Amino acid sequence: MNLQEKLAVLSDAAKYDASCASSGTTRRNSAGGKGLGSTEGSGICHAYTPDGRCISLLKILMTNFCIYDCAYCINRVSSQVQRARFTVEEVVHLTTEFYRRNYIEGLFLSSGIIKSPDDTMADMVRIARELREVHHFRGYIHLKTIPDASPELIEQAGLLADRLSMNVELPTDAGLQAYAPEKNAGEIRRAMGRVHERKQAAKERTHTGRRADKFAPAGQSTQLIVGADGASDATILNSSTRLYSNYKLKRVYYSAFSPIPDSTAALPLIKPPLIREHRLYQADWLLRFYGYEAEEIASATTGGMLDLEIDPKLAWALANRHLFPVDINRAGKDMLLRVPGFGTKSVGRILSARRSGALGYGDLTRIGALVNKAKPFIVTRDWSPGSMTDAANLRARFAPKPQQLSLL
Amino acid sequence: MYTPRLPRLEAFAAWRDAARALASNDVAADRVVWAMEEETPGLFGEGAPLPPAREMTVPKDFVPLARLVCANSAAGAHDLLYRVLLRCRSNARLLGNRADAEVQQLEAWAKHVRRDMHKMKAFVRFREVTPPGANRRQFLSWFEPEHRIEELTAGFFARRFADMDWVIVTPEVTVRFKNEELSLEAGTNAKLDLSDATEELWLTYYANTFNPARVKIKAMQSEMPKKYWKNLPEAALIPDMIAQAEARVRQMQENAPTLPPLRAERITARLRADTLKR
Repeated sequence: MNLQEKLAVLSDAAKYDASCASSGTTRRNSAGGKGLGSTEGSGICHAYTPDGRCISLLKILMTNFCIYDCAYCINRVSSQVQRARFTVEEVVHLTTEFYRRNYIEGLFLSSGIIKSPDDTMADMVRIARELREVHHFRGYIHLKTIPDASPELIEQAGLLADRLSMNVELPTDAGLQAYAPEKNAGEIRRAMGRVHERKQAAKERTHTGRRADKFAPAGQSTQLIVGADGASDATILNSSTRLYSNYKLKRVYYSAFSPIPDSTAALPLIKPPLIREHRLYQADWLLRFYGYEAEEIASATTGGMLDLEIDPKLAWALANRHLFPVDINRAGKDMLLRVPGFGTKSVGRILSARRSGALGYGDLTRIGALVNKAKPFIVTRDWSPGSMTDAANLRARFAPKPQQLSLL
Repeated sequence: MYTPRLPRLEAFAAWRDAARALASNDVAADRVVWAMEEETPGLFGEGAPLPPAREMTVPKDFVPLARLVCANSAAGAHDLLYRVLLRCRSNARLLGNRADAEVQQLEAWAKHVRRDMHKMKAFVRFREVTPPGANRRQFLSWFEPEHRIEELTAGFFARRFADMDWVIVTPEVTVRFKNEELSLEAGTNAKLDLSDATEELWLTYYANTFNPARVKIKAMQSEMPKKYWKNLPEAALIPDMIAQAEARVRQMQENAPTLPPLRAERITARLRADTLKR
């Protein structure tokens, strides 16, 4: 197999991982010395494919040979998919040559498990080391870590990479047991805990007062597959909350279970639940940036499932109308953040602009808030929603119009 | 009447010097007509010489905002910037008020420039043009920005690609980085037609990282608008990728599950036995 054929197989095999972030690491550049690359805070998406996902990193598997048999995975041992393996040199070549042409921000390297977790992890670390130490590569590196690999290898990975990740994949332990029998939920959590502790330790100074070497400065992340097992949205969001609070994860990614070539009979192929995935991301944002608790979001669901027709913030507001309308000229930041149609940016601008005088309806439009959505939930200098807030048909204003039935 | 004219490069420094001279002498905005040097002089011709500048201060948010707005190619950007500069002098909080229509307009123009800068950092594609025997590798790119952002992005490319020589050519400016020296030159350039052998690998990657089961064309186009496609080699693949997506997914769903390879059973049995032992 030549390089191009391998690349086709090993990028196809890697694309089910949703993460592509390249932001939030230490600032580095190659000016004034040898070396290639830079990271400057915000990541860059260098291209988009028609699936709407960005290409920021070269996302590939080192190999798609795998001894595990995870039902949802294209690379499981029982699949007849074509197999390939990159050499260290090939991964280094692709990364640096793509980087020089400004196609990518760096490398996201993952792998099937070959021989043993330690063997696999050691090969991945070798690639990262070669990039950093031989080619002086200053771009972004994301390594998918293998939970069962030895702590020494994960230690090395964290010193070379910007981000480490371990995919939980299934939101419940029972789901993991059923569909990924070789994986061990407890072991994944222990490994995440170790990475978290190691990151904390890197923040302290050594006994000589020197700053410790940076360990995975862009943090760790994970992915949950949505729609493969029966976990509800409330269950998924509870898992996320635990992951964010226990291991201080930077991100939990949600990946709608998507048809794969050569699927197993154990998991029938469905249309990927893209809207559900989108609603989960919205709810995740509410957890991280808007001060919501998972239970609050769950309280506005039906049987633990988010409303697919309206976003979770609006659903919560509709279920808690006794707290509205909110006077935008007086309310505190917490309550402004709960107004449907106000994002974190709009809220910041409202707080700043109202120091120059009471705000009216038109001011909100200029500020960039979605006024049509906010209207039933706010009072401004020149607007009051009257009975609109409590109107029985308020949800219908926002939900998409029902499809008309057609004659047979 | 005053008619300060701004050069294509270092336009911000020229705007700032002229604005300081005018504002520190309380020249009203309607007595100033701003223009770029390459524009033909308007109704007021050369205008009066600028008065000597006096010392003046501005709110600290003004300069970064002005630097961006100055690069915007929209008509009236320099004029509004000057008008708001005058208003800032009696209202230090003005820039914090996004409900103000003029502030909002400046912020919108600044945002367009930031977005264009971001897209330039994303969508410049270098092609290798290293001649045999050269001691540094050489790369060339053609890019068509919407605003006058070459100076604002040059530093980014210099910090990132310091160990190679490169040139980015735009319709109005040439940005050169040679032996770690950065230089910019204004002048009209014709479109370059470039290609590179590694592009084949990039196209392979682009096509294979696409998941045909989740087509979201609008999401793609809002981040990678069509106006950029003509200079992105991978964009030529998009129509076919979209056209074939549905059939590919149907094929996956119709294919009956295959039998596992023989080795699978052996490997799984051994692994599960090991797990039990642990």
